[in-house]
Amino acid sequence: MASTEEIRSGLADIVNEVAGIPADEVQLDKSFTDDLDVDSLSMVEVVVAAEENFGVKIPDDEVKNLHTVGDAVAFIESNQST
Amino acid sequence: MTAAISTVTGAAHTAILGIAGYRPSRVVSNEEICQHIDSTDEWIRTRSGIVERRWAEPHETVQMMSVASARKALERADIDPAQIDCIIVATVSHLMQTPAVASLVAEELGSTPAAAFDISAACAGFCHGVSLAADMVRSGTAKYVLAIGVERLSDITDPTDRGTAFIFADGAGSAVIGPADTEGIGPVVWGADGSKYDLIRQKESWADVLQSDKPEMPTLRMDGNPVFRWASYEMAKIAREALDRAGVTVDDLDVFVPHQANMRIVDAMARALKLPESVVVARDIAYQGNTSAASIPLAAAALLESGEAKSGDCALFIAFGAGLAYAAQVVLLP
Repeated sequence: MASTEEIRSGLADIVNEVAGIPADEVQLDKSFTDDLDVDSLSMVEVVVAAEENFGVKIPDDEVKNLHTVGDAVAFIESNQST
Repeated sequence: MTAAISTVTGAAHTAILGIAGYRPSRVVSNEEICQHIDSTDEWIRTRSGIVERRWAEPHETVQMMSVASARKALERADIDPAQIDCIIVATVSHLMQTPAVASLVAEELGSTPAAAFDISAACAGFCHGVSLAADMVRSGTAKYVLAIGVERLSDITDPTDRGTAFIFADGAGSAVIGPADTEGIGPVVWGADGSKYDLIRQKESWADVLQSDKPEMPTLRMDGNPVFRWASYEMAKIAREALDRAGVTVDDLDVFVPHQANMRIVDAMARALKLPESVVVARDIAYQGNTSAASIPLAAAALLESGEAKSGDCALFIAFGAGLAYAAQVVLLP
């Protein structure tokens, strides 16, 4: 299983690829919309790439609860398969 | 003794012989849209890629736009309207529920007594029509078929709904399908997912409207993010299947014409399909908006007119929308 830092780093690479945000700005306390300028459609792309990368399912209803990078990392961490 | 029923045989191969669109005259800017919703030109452009769209004037009816695009497609195919055996009109915005507008289109074109009917498959309607048409020609029930996609979505769009007001637009596109020496229309991959019925739909049924104290036009509603996810990723799988069934790869493709739903979906699908840079991607939505059933023939015709695509090019059509219904096929452009 990936560690918190591994998940954050993997997610940072995805955000960088989808939205062009420098990966080192993608820190746990950052809000996707307010700090990183990831809009709702880009968020869908991040979620789909994260599902593939980390082997988790992130349902549509859950996506709106993922406000910060930390929220997404925590969700992936607690839902990834062992 | 049981009666013996004869069958007919059709053409071994079919192709699109001519394709053309009709764009309504009124250009509607993002600024005009923003008079009714709390939004900006920049927000609309970044969320949808739409710079402006076309809305029909009162005289540009569903019938008028259908006939205008069909005449041009027939001319390009060099087929006389009287040679048409069947007219299929895909639309969800002909506000006369019955009879089908296809009958009037046939009559005005001079194709009577061609079979004429409407189909309801929303944004996927044109690709459904092309598939039906190709099957008719192959089976021998028709020699030449007109498949038309046409919408006046401005009539059923709520200008104050922030989720849809800037997206939907009007227009028509027609294709003439007939026999060919080699195959020009690959096997369709199509389907529907009723579990997602609510994601794009008329706000309420006509029955509910009639029971209301203040009856209003039941306009379209869409749950944008789940639709974006479904369209961008699930539909990429359908697109790949259509390529497989036609026996071609992305390297054989010259042109990609997805339903012009949203530029972000077009971009995401193109990425998901890993299209080579040489493939021309239709981006007609920027100046036309989302015209549902009309978007693919409008976009394909525009690429041929501009010279970005040429006759004989191998193109992938994929359409998806309310239902959720979808259809994809590989075709050779006329």
